[in-house]
Amino acid sequence: MRMTPRFSWLPTPYRSLLLFVIWLLLNQSLAPIHLLFGVVLALFIPYICYRFRDPQPLVERPLLALRYILRVFADIVTANAQVAVLILGPVHKLHPAFVRVPLDLQHNLPITILAGTVSMTPGTVSADIYPCTEHLAPDEPLPQRWLLVHVLNLEDEAELIATIKQRYEAPLKEIFKC
Amino acid sequence: MQHWMEWAVAFFLLLGGSFVLIGSIGLVRMPDFFMRLHGPTKATTLGMGGILLGSIFYFSLSPDSISVHELLITLFLLITAPVSAHMLIKTALHHRLQAIERTQGEQELKRGQAHASKEGNRSGNTDN
Repeated sequence: MRMTPRFSWLPTPYRSLLLFVIWLLLNQSLAPIHLLFGVVLALFIPYICYRFRDPQPLVERPLLALRYILRVFADIVTANAQVAVLILGPVHKLHPAFVRVPLDLQHNLPITILAGTVSMTPGTVSADIYPCTEHLAPDEPLPQRWLLVHVLNLEDEAELIATIKQRYEAPLKEIFKC
Repeated sequence: MQHWMEWAVAFFLLLGGSFVLIGSIGLVRMPDFFMRLHGPTKATTLGMGGILLGSIFYFSLSPDSISVHELLITLFLLITAPVSAHMLIKTALHHRLQAIERTQGEQELKRGQAHASKEGNRSGNTDN
């Protein structure tokens, strides 16, 4: 796990790339002036913003991250179709449940991404992450953390936990190497 | 505009529209707050995606322009939808909103509520 950036003048390279692409999308143009100004903004904004952030693990495997994003997109489509079927089907046959997922991840950024993914994909909404770590001193070890999710229709609790852990948490652990 | 592109635009608009409709139906049909959240967070996101795809196709077909603003809308929607859902459900925990009786894992709900109020006491010293 790497918490400090490799180059101090380019603390978050992937975020810079994202800002550059967003700038071009906003202008809908590839004219040289937009390219140039986009580069300036993409270098300048992360540089002044980085020091305000809590140190979080940095992305170490960008290609894996890209694969993760594509997989989540595909899952969003299938999961949404499933939820649509559940909504239109008989309500009294649904088995809503609260499930507590033990997390191997400990840092806020990867857990936030996991919670967002869980909210978007398999019939679950993330409800809570605890214990919270804001009051801990920076050098204190992070505790075991739990993700509380609400499931619209629970079939098998162990299977759901295993799915979340294998399909979403394991790749995130690889991406951030933590 | 080519004929088949009109069909594509119509298809995506209808697909998106029906998913947004289904999300809203879920909001009405589901019996408790926690189940109601599932419709707007999921079905509606896909519905918006469909409508925006239709919009990209439609505006990219006029002779001298392409339109990719919609990709940005999709990006921001995907980032904000889970966050707002999380804030809503956390507020529900805080207010100790009851889930319907057949909800499994009641002790997990209780644990979450206890944690929510503990956290609130720690961060909200000004208002108690």
